[in-house]
Amino acid sequence: MAKATHSLTRSFAAHAILAAYTVIALFPVVVIIINSFKSRKAIFRSPLSLPDRDSFSLIGYETVLAQGDFFLYFQNSLIVTVVSLFFVLLFGAMAAFALSEYRFRGNTLMGLYLALGIMIPIRLGTVAILKLMVASGLVNTLTALILVYTAQGLPLAIFILSEFMRQLSADLKDAGRIDGLSEYRIFLRLVLPLVRPAMATVAVFTMIPIWNDLWFPLILAPAEETKTITLGAQVFIGQFVTNWNAVLSALSLAILPVLVLYVIFSRQLIRGITAGAVK
Amino acid sequence: MGSLVLENIRKSFGQVEVLKGIDLEVSDGEFVIFVGPSGCGKSTLLRVIAGLEDATAGAISIDGDAVGHLPPSKRGIAMVFQTYALYPHLSVRNNMALGMKQAGQPADQIAERVAAASKMLSLEEYLERYPAELSGGQRQRVAIGRAVVRNPQLFLFDEPLSNLDAALRVNTRLEIARLHRELGATMIYVTHDQVEAMTLADKIVVLNNGVVEQIGSPMELYNSPANMFVAGFIGSPQMNFIAAERIGRSDAKTVGIRPEHISVDRESGTWAGNVLHAEHLGADTILYMETEAAGLLTVRLFGEHKFNAGDRLYATPDEARIFGFDDAGRSISG
Repeated sequence: MAKATHSLTRSFAAHAILAAYTVIALFPVVVIIINSFKSRKAIFRSPLSLPDRDSFSLIGYETVLAQGDFFLYFQNSLIVTVVSLFFVLLFGAMAAFALSEYRFRGNTLMGLYLALGIMIPIRLGTVAILKLMVASGLVNTLTALILVYTAQGLPLAIFILSEFMRQLSADLKDAGRIDGLSEYRIFLRLVLPLVRPAMATVAVFTMIPIWNDLWFPLILAPAEETKTITLGAQVFIGQFVTNWNAVLSALSLAILPVLVLYVIFSRQLIRGITAGAVK
Repeated sequence: MGSLVLENIRKSFGQVEVLKGIDLEVSDGEFVIFVGPSGCGKSTLLRVIAGLEDATAGAISIDGDAVGHLPPSKRGIAMVFQTYALYPHLSVRNNMALGMKQAGQPADQIAERVAAASKMLSLEEYLERYPAELSGGQRQRVAIGRAVVRNPQLFLFDEPLSNLDAALRVNTRLEIARLHRELGATMIYVTHDQVEAMTLADKIVVLNNGVVEQIGSPMELYNSPANMFVAGFIGSPQMNFIAAERIGRSDAKTVGIRPEHISVDRESGTWAGNVLHAEHLGADTILYMETEAAGLLTVRLFGEHKFNAGDRLYATPDEARIFGFDDAGRSISG
């Protein structure tokens, strides 16, 4: 009996902590979303109240959608995020497979070298990157962003995926070799499906900083036709006047695509965990 | 169609030499078992034969053809792994068919072979299931089926029964023995379990520290072990080793006597001693005795005996069954 009450208090405490964390994490998002549906006056009068009949207004969304470029900005963000993600997962998984599967001289050193990027922020190299992009004529292209984000995402991807791949059954890969599968087929058909949960984790960790990034789009691709959504939203923030309705609406809209991607990956995550193990 | 010749196979991982020159000949249709303690190199040797590891030196030929340069899939072998290693995303049928599909065989031939193999292993009703939906014993049968479908010249088994429980182990052992009789194929089997080795093998290869200690039929190893290692490894409970001078023998450094070749009596005998512990197994009774002359002895008696810890008994070895070993641990024939 005593034990039961004890575990009840413990589970209550755990839930309270988690609930508090959830509230803190969701609070800014909720404030952005509810205020995006309010008139300018209502935003400043009572920023925390829900929109009612008087304060409800779609003016922010109208402004954003009327500015036709916003679809382009969305498209740019989506292209940059999805393509970078694809390359990070592909190259990350390939490098991780090589590191975990093959014995070669300098294997450990190579692994450390590839993981070093986790500890060194890529923004430290901004000036050099900009010079590089100018020299190669890639300024104001999405390619520049994709290259930088791929480089930025690879270290963590390699680190996590190689740890996961080390845990895979060596017998399974050997069985594939005996059945005549090539190393590429073993990688694509046997290893990748089994590390899918890890891939989903890496995808989520990689995707969100790319989608939210303002730094590199501002520096490497500020041209009108290559603006990303986070950069695009900045047009409403002026030095003297800021169109808050439009900014909040743009940000609310920007949450949607990344939310959809997140849902896709988290489903993969759960499916991977519940699927049968090797043995 | 499935003979195997190994000549002076060596394998090193960095500075560590795992196989130190293995020579072996396996003739067609033989069932050969590699046995030895953990880390003796038996699995590495099997992987070298399979082509999953490259030998550092030496030559391998299967059926007269040198295969050292060929990838595993071109060597005419099939392998069964300890962890089954079934493809989790493929059904039983596709697991079994994959090797032939990779080799580009016609579909009707694949279907025919899968049907024959699944009939042989009573897997017909599981063909559409996935590995996760099978029990351990069924998974190992699928893994064996996958090997059978490939119709190899040489079957390789890497401790296939280690992950099964005791009852399934006996069943699967019988299954493998039956398979060997029906297919008449050459089989090489790695185990650390000497019961599996004794019951299945035509020929046992005892490995220790990367060298072959002895090659012979189960009864040859039991009745005339080449050295103390083989004598101690084959037979359960382990052979008793006694320093020869303790019991007044000068023709050897160490003498060995198997527990089942010692008889006991309450009244008289060669070595007097007290029973430390008695294990009553029904079919056998195993006594651990501390004797004044010969030290700790294990004695295996057949049937039930009413001896208990603390009893004072006399142990008498069967003189004809005493083995002598020289300074280097080699058997002294005679």
